[in-house]
Amino acid sequence: MRKVESNFEPKIVGFLCKWCAYTGADLAGTSRIKYPPNVTPIRVMCSGRVDPVLVMKALSSGADGVLIAGCHPGDCHYTSGNVKTIRRFKLLQRMLDQFGIERDRVRLEWVSASEGERYARVVENMTETLRTLGPLNWNGSEEV
Amino acid sequence: MAEKIGVYVCHCGSNIAQMVDCKNVVDYAATLPNVTVAREYQYMCSDPGQELIKKDIKELGLTRVVVASCSPLMHELTFRRAVEEGGLNQFLFQMANIREQCSWISEKKEMATERAKAIVGAAVKRVAFQEPLEVKKVPVNPNVLIVGGGITGIEAALQIADSGKKVYLVEREPTIGGYMTRFDKTFPTLDCAACILTPKMVNVAQHPNIELLSYSDVTGFSGYVGNFTARIRRRPRYVEEEKCNGCGLCTEKCPISVPSEFDCGLGKRKAIYRPFPQAVPNIPVIDREHCLFFTKGICKVCVKFCPRGAINFDQKEEFLDLEVGAAILATGFDLFDASKVKQYGYGRLPNVITSLEFERFSHASGPTGGKILLKNGQTPASIAILHCIGSRDTNFNEYCSRVCCMYSMKMAHLAHEKTEGKVYEFYIDIRAFGKGYEEFYKRLLSEETVFIRGKAAEVTDVAQTPAEKGRLIVVAEDTLLGIVRRTPVDMVVLSVGLEPRKDAADLARIFSISRSQDGFFLERHPKLAPVSTASDGIFIAGSCQGPKDIPDSVAQGAAAAANVLSLIDRKEVTLEPTVAVIDEESCSGCKICLGLCPYNAITFDETKKVSKVNDALCKGCGVCVAGCPSGAIEQRNFTDAQLLAEVESVCASGK
Amino acid sequence: MEFAYYPGCSLEGMNKAYDQSARLVSKSLGIDLKELNDWNCCGASAYMSIRELRAHLLSARNLAMAEREKKDLAVVCPACYTNLTKTNHYMGEDARLRRTVESALKAANLQYMGTVKVRHLLDVIVSEIGESEVRAKVTKPLSGLKIAPYYGCQFTRPLGDYDDKEFPTMLDTLLKWLGAEPVYFPLKAKCCGGILMTTNESVALPLVRSLLDSATQNGGECIATICPLCHMTLEAYQGDVNKAFSTGFKVPMFYFTQLMGLAFGFNKKELGINQELISSKALLEKHLEVAR
Repeated sequence: MRKVESNFEPKIVGFLCKWCAYTGADLAGTSRIKYPPNVTPIRVMCSGRVDPVLVMKALSSGADGVLIAGCHPGDCHYTSGNVKTIRRFKLLQRMLDQFGIERDRVRLEWVSASEGERYARVVENMTETLRTLGPLNWNGSEEV
Repeated sequence: MAEKIGVYVCHCGSNIAQMVDCKNVVDYAATLPNVTVAREYQYMCSDPGQELIKKDIKELGLTRVVVASCSPLMHELTFRRAVEEGGLNQFLFQMANIREQCSWISEKKEMATERAKAIVGAAVKRVAFQEPLEVKKVPVNPNVLIVGGGITGIEAALQIADSGKKVYLVEREPTIGGYMTRFDKTFPTLDCAACILTPKMVNVAQHPNIELLSYSDVTGFSGYVGNFTARIRRRPRYVEEEKCNGCGLCTEKCPISVPSEFDCGLGKRKAIYRPFPQAVPNIPVIDREHCLFFTKGICKVCVKFCPRGAINFDQKEEFLDLEVGAAILATGFDLFDASKVKQYGYGRLPNVITSLEFERFSHASGPTGGKILLKNGQTPASIAILHCIGSRDTNFNEYCSRVCCMYSMKMAHLAHEKTEGKVYEFYIDIRAFGKGYEEFYKRLLSEETVFIRGKAAEVTDVAQTPAEKGRLIVVAEDTLLGIVRRTPVDMVVLSVGLEPRKDAADLARIFSISRSQDGFFLERHPKLAPVSTASDGIFIAGSCQGPKDIPDSVAQGAAAAANVLSLIDRKEVTLEPTVAVIDEESCSGCKICLGLCPYNAITFDETKKVSKVNDALCKGCGVCVAGCPSGAIEQRNFTDAQLLAEVESVCASGK
Repeated sequence: MEFAYYPGCSLEGMNKAYDQSARLVSKSLGIDLKELNDWNCCGASAYMSIRELRAHLLSARNLAMAEREKKDLAVVCPACYTNLTKTNHYMGEDARLRRTVESALKAANLQYMGTVKVRHLLDVIVSEIGESEVRAKVTKPLSGLKIAPYYGCQFTRPLGDYDDKEFPTMLDTLLKWLGAEPVYFPLKAKCCGGILMTTNESVALPLVRSLLDSATQNGGECIATICPLCHMTLEAYQGDVNKAFSTGFKVPMFYFTQLMGLAFGFNKKELGINQELISSKALLEKHLEVAR
């Protein structure tokens, strides 16, 4: 069992889709909901834009986890972008298994534009989980 | 290539400055590669703030600009304009959101400042990779689609049509008018609803610029602002509109009677019917499920008596494709289903009715000719009106439905008028917020309505004393007296709340708009943009955006109309150029991208054996970009290089 | 079907007959009820309101032990059901509570991952065993016996989502399967006063009175219960009700498992039908050929 560093603050890269997740995250802020600041947001137009390469780059560059957040299935602003995300994500998970990276480190969540509270809980949850898992410490410096 | 980046950290008054050490961030930004100047200011979005940027672009020859302030959803356009006015292409600009996603969510100053530095660092690294882009200008089709012909849709339609533009008004029911057609009187003036509504309905019918598509719905909607295509399904009435003269003989002679939806099932209508006598269009519709011809192949009495030969059983549903520049959704609400709250006995105990059923009793053309009657035909000697049924309730809808207090008091007034019995109102709070509303409340008090502050816990028929036998007992805590009351009455009226339409989710999907937590359509901004949506060119108005009374619905209908006219009169609109672009050299012709595009914007060039993106159809989602195995597709302003730069910066930021 | 059986404290005292009959009929139906080893009190009605965290710890210990045995918990008392379910539910929702409870459990060498489901025996019998199995075991149908099915307030409220919250029907259904006639009983899910009888009799007594009234008004000859406290309250205080309101109630009470046992052919002694305060002898002799 990995020893948990007491002051460990997980570093999480978040890919948030502009229409739903990013707006929902904004709403959390507008509502002054306090949640751990461990997810740094990167805005994309659709969660379907998230190439697995970007995820692997994040993990190999020092991130302990990656959050991909988009619209709920059926509500994608581009009708089916998030469906492609699901498919890619499943393959990505298998790849992570092969690398020996815990599946909990890369998460796919659905957050609608009005779910500020939910976004905060997702971040809170993920931060707690990663705190228990510990830092990724990907030593490989090979360029992805 | 060395860029010259200007970084501006906004205090946003104390919104950011209170939690983020702005000086620290500025100092940090100044140390980043390619940063020429880093400043801080109180309000970057203000005139002087914007001047700072323009001045630096001119004097320092800046090639890129980063503003660290609020969310791009708030002010990206503001700063892009400022940058463009300063002489720099507006897409050489990036925003760092250190307010909604930093200062406002943080509890510790140190962590917030570190986070802000990480976010600013990412923006600085990204912006270096951004390229100048030109926005696309497209013409705007001046036609307008309005979905929903209630009072809101009618108001919007008349405003727009009066200005000379063409309106397609699509209404699902056989008649326009919405819920207002079923009301007796409206608060607080006690205006007769039909009297103020029907003239407007007639105006719509007669207006040369309004094409009324009744008994129709929207099954598809595509395109982009200024250039939408709407697919409308016209359901068959089995009566030809051009031939029918509204004489009503068919309805008179039809032998089949069924419960009337218009009367909440309390009255009857025929199988060929008009929902109510002043329906617009005044053309009947045949109910297939009950018409003897459709079910058994017999009868045809209506055909026999129709003087114009307007009945046509062979009518089929039709589909129309309409080209419009903007759309307004004014689809209204549904009432909360009172049978869900078992404690009140709706559907189980006789003489427990909903507010709309009371309205139908009270209406002169209703099933009882305007008399409030119990199931046994007698007039109730006492009526209890229960507020907040399904609203302000964590078990059902948490929000307040806004109109129920007022309509409850209106019902109390009508009850006094028509029954001379005792009227009780069980309330939590009295919300009388509008013009003349509080005065109306005072009036009700003077009419000796008994107001009991305490939401009813249950309605029971189990008597505890002889006086309660055979009556409905309302059990409630009287919170002002601090006792539990049992109040025997003859009739209980449930003031049910307003909910989004059952098919709101489907409509939202068709129009690609979002909904709030409570299910109503989501406005772009609750205060400053209540009738726009995040999708340009699509507007919402009335109760579909949230529960509201008639004055507010009309106001929103007019507001949406103004928004639409502003859009159309601009003659052209700009589109974001964040489209996908394929590098022919790198494309291997694998065609994976073709199937990924939700808009079929990618085609395959058989001669060159490469794929090509159609600029006009591409909406810039980036799904194809992530799927290309050769990396041949790039999304403008969201290139891999730009996103990777952000990722690298975030991961490298020390913590 | 296996369950870790959680009888609850009241079944060891006044309500022993409930325990006896429950074990008997469960065995008949193939429900293996093995009593949870070293189970502790759930905190009953009062503790959760006074010492919330400790009450959660009490329940969590039981849940952890059941999880260790890899079984779901079967209970027969709605108060136990409510407490155990509340802990299950809040531990899932509240991360802070979960952390505190987990560290406390750790001190006792226990852990709880949230996998245990808590079920009331009535729910198990009606939803899992089902009609054909139950009817197959009925050798002496309770024909003609008019029973008022009493659920009490905690069977479906707040967390019992398996039946209608205000007008549940599970017990009515089961009684029909046993050949009996459940009567219309509009107050069937209303509070009996329970523990209030000891602290505020003037409030509780009228509640019991209305329940007895409503149960018998529509022909109910006896009352079937699914809660040991409701059972005791309605039975033991009929005398006091009669004195206070000049009524003449003498309504026999049965645990639902006793009724099942009678229908399955078990004798009265085995089911604890001779330990009650209000004799059911005359009623049973009238309707059934329970000779033994």
